[in-house]
Amino acid sequence: MNPDSNPNPVSNAGPIASESPLKPRRWFPHKTLSVYMVIVWLLLNNSISPGHILLGAFLGWLIPWLTQAFWPEALHIRKPLLVIKMAVIIFYDIIVANLILAARILGPVNKLQPAFVKVPLDIDHDFTIALLASIISLTPGTVSADVNKESGYLLLHCLHVVDPEAEIRLVKERYEAPLKEIFEC
Amino acid sequence: MWVEYLVSFFILAGAIIALIGSIGLTRLPDFYMRLHGPAKATTLGVGGVIAGSVIFFSTRGDGLSLHELLIALFLFITAPVSAHIAAKAALHLKLDAVERTRNKPWR
Repeated sequence: MNPDSNPNPVSNAGPIASESPLKPRRWFPHKTLSVYMVIVWLLLNNSISPGHILLGAFLGWLIPWLTQAFWPEALHIRKPLLVIKMAVIIFYDIIVANLILAARILGPVNKLQPAFVKVPLDIDHDFTIALLASIISLTPGTVSADVNKESGYLLLHCLHVVDPEAEIRLVKERYEAPLKEIFEC
Repeated sequence: MWVEYLVSFFILAGAIIALIGSIGLTRLPDFYMRLHGPAKATTLGVGGVIAGSVIFFSTRGDGLSLHELLIALFLFITAPVSAHIAAKAALHLKLDAVERTRNKPWR
């Protein structure tokens, strides 16, 4: 065993530990998450009785409080109305995507023109990138295949695309721009 | 009566979409194209069945039944992630796509 090629793990632990100091505990670390958990709790129980609202509110506070050290930096939704508008657009796109996909699967498969497309990213938060990749996978003709944060692009596979440039523009305008506006300003 | 038609419409539509997604698995020529089937068709396929279930159980007089929506929520979170990981693994293995695929990232 050569000690130079196998550095002591203790000496590596120093800078990593100092980069993420333990934050002081807050009473409501993730307000959006708490609201979301209450809603999920009520849906799980399929009831809106006062007892379940109380229990859900307690769990919605307790679990984020206990696990707050493990959560990454919370994101704030800056424009709630835009979220609703975007949800409607995505819902519509999912239905359209499925009908288009059905037509392509049942149609002449050998005439499809698949392609890989690199979309340069303007957003840089992990959560927004994950959200964008998920939305892209659910909507017309594209599946996200790889993400490279260093050079800042998202690799998509398109089932059928005639003009890759137009596809990149569509993704950026329709999904990335609103996400940027909602979360990062 | 109209409720039954509505419920059957949603369940049939969901089942047909899921069936077409599965047909895609056999018809499409390479792995990356086959990914499109499960990533999309299952979401709307299951979504249709869920809509049918919500309407059926909400109109039986036991009050609103919405916990099926959680299935849709969890599916919307997990389906794109599994498709992404499968695609990433295929790229890592340099799995070949059909000849006419443009901009292959490993060339």
